[in-house]
Amino acid sequence: MSASLQDPSLTVPTPPKGERRGSVGLARNLGLVIALVVLCIVGVVTAGERFASTDNVVTILRLATVTGVVAIGMTFVITGGGIDLSVGAIVALASVWATTTGTQAMAEDVHWIVIVLSAILVGTACGVINGLLVAYGRVVPFVATLAMLASARGLAELIADRKTQILRNQGFTDFFGAEPLGIPVIVIIFALVTVGGWFLLNRTTFGRRTFAVGGNPEAARLAGIKVQRHTVYLYALLGMTCGIAAVIVMSRTTTGSSTHGTLLELDVIAAVVIGGTLLSGGRGTVVGTLFGVLIFTTLTNVFTLNNLSTSTQNVAKGVIIVIAVLLQQRIAERKK
Amino acid sequence: MSTTHPRRRASAVVGALAAATLVLGACTNSSSDDDTSAAVGKSNTDNDKSGDKVVIGFSAPAADHGWMGAITKAAVAQAGQYDDVELKVAEGTNDVNLQISQVETFINDKVDAIVLLPFDGAAMTSVARKAMDAGIVVVNVDREFDSPFAARTTVLGDNYGMGVSAGTFVCEDAAGATDKIVTEIAGIDSLPLTQDRSQGFEDALKACGLDVDNRVAAEFTVESGEKAAANLLQAAPKIDYLWNHDDDQGVGVLAAINNANRDEFTMIGGAGSADVMEAIKAGDSVLKATVVYPSTQAADGVKLARLLVQDKALSDLAEIEVPRQLKLAAPVVTADNVDTYLPSAFRS
Repeated sequence: MSASLQDPSLTVPTPPKGERRGSVGLARNLGLVIALVVLCIVGVVTAGERFASTDNVVTILRLATVTGVVAIGMTFVITGGGIDLSVGAIVALASVWATTTGTQAMAEDVHWIVIVLSAILVGTACGVINGLLVAYGRVVPFVATLAMLASARGLAELIADRKTQILRNQGFTDFFGAEPLGIPVIVIIFALVTVGGWFLLNRTTFGRRTFAVGGNPEAARLAGIKVQRHTVYLYALLGMTCGIAAVIVMSRTTTGSSTHGTLLELDVIAAVVIGGTLLSGGRGTVVGTLFGVLIFTTLTNVFTLNNLSTSTQNVAKGVIIVIAVLLQQRIAERKK
Repeated sequence: MSTTHPRRRASAVVGALAAATLVLGACTNSSSDDDTSAAVGKSNTDNDKSGDKVVIGFSAPAADHGWMGAITKAAVAQAGQYDDVELKVAEGTNDVNLQISQVETFINDKVDAIVLLPFDGAAMTSVARKAMDAGIVVVNVDREFDSPFAARTTVLGDNYGMGVSAGTFVCEDAAGATDKIVTEIAGIDSLPLTQDRSQGFEDALKACGLDVDNRVAAEFTVESGEKAAANLLQAAPKIDYLWNHDDDQGVGVLAAINNANRDEFTMIGGAGSADVMEAIKAGDSVLKATVVYPSTQAADGVKLARLLVQDKALSDLAEIEVPRQLKLAAPVVTADNVDTYLPSAFRS
């Protein structure tokens, strides 16, 4: 058992007092830490050094980046009382838009940052549309984002003509493919998004408003919060993280495709929920979400190392979700 | 050893063989569960004798239709034939991100070879390249990478050839008549493989003065096949020939034909499922032929990966290196030769 095995759990701080409405936060995250440690022990027992090697830990973290970045954004939307089913489709659309021959030609002329900016812009724009529909159009989030799921993926297919677009910009590939000090750039991006998300949710007015809007929108409105505008911000933020995820997918695959991010929404929502964010809104934790993502990716990795089928893995995922939610309820009740 | 310098070896071979696409008879060279001993018997070298231990990583898309399921089964069965092969199977996924991470795990594990049927060839290119750079022999199956440096050898089916085979069968059966009504049910229309199949069909028909009168596209699933066929049968009150690109969606196509009580035409299948071959053998339906798209491609990938790692040649060739590319043939299966192909066919 090497030190690197314990890194993912040890480097993450236990939630501080600032965790809003999270009086049970410590206990809840303790459960997640235990789950992750148990998984790691299973990994070491069944796969030994192959699991505990630094290379493998990096592989797990790389796999976690796409789901992870979007899950941080999703934590905000769910905490704010919403849900977004369109994240996978938005990742696909952003990746396609950023790799069209037009965008790539412009990137050649100007700088590869054009590709990054267009992905983030497209993601954010989709998020803004979702937010406007939910906040001002009074469409139920489930329905509004379901519509976005269909149309964003459809638009991605139209733009790409259902072909895989190859990203040929060497500057982009070199930058995002780099591994300074052995840590892949995409993992660093994931870490930055996580820290930024934690700060935004727990240390700013924006975060406080998010809890207020999700907990009781009417009370939030009476307290002077512009609930509708804040809702738009939340969906826009999630859209932006989808754009960042699209950049990560593009760097991992060197392609943009309308098939990217298929069913991503399920993994993301599952990670957020087992992390302890309430689907009904008003309570959310970025640290919990991080653990949720790490638990699922570690699970996938342990299964891959042991040649077990994805079908078995899906059963295990389902069981973990149910156990996590049941535990969460028990802990919450005991605290009362 | 080939494992230490695969790139140098590969680049040396690229020049020699890039232009030469080797066409081998798919089914005569592949092995299913029960005909391997026969294949070994045919070979006059000792390639199948136990050699150095070879660890092969295998990854393919999710087995969401019969053909894809058969791909993994055949690869596992093939590996089981050798006591010097250890096959690590990372089970099927249509998530590119996850498939990349499976290959990364194989690289971490320092496997000798990776047999990879990518969900999306272009998207898996960069990680395959990484594996090649790490000194691992990569065998690409069915869906091509977009860089020649990403794989040592590629095993492909012949989509254009499927269309040609189906079209040629129609031409021979029509025996010179140019007034026959020919219809086509394609797979997902925007995929290059579907376009290739349709192009081959059209080209072969043109040679005997026929053309496609009605064409619809389905999506490889049973449900979409039923819908597309129901519409087609409405649109064409009398049909002489119907080519359906894919036997998995063909289950739905046949259901629509039965619902419409139509039997005036000859239907040709595609891919070559066991169910369709049994129907051809029984001879009591509209199905008279199918064209094979071998589901043993990944099994051949495993065989080639083993040869490459053990530094052996493809014994029946004069060439001392394993070829860069194998394109498998797309033969027509009819009642006359169905018994030859049935053992290696897949279940829908």
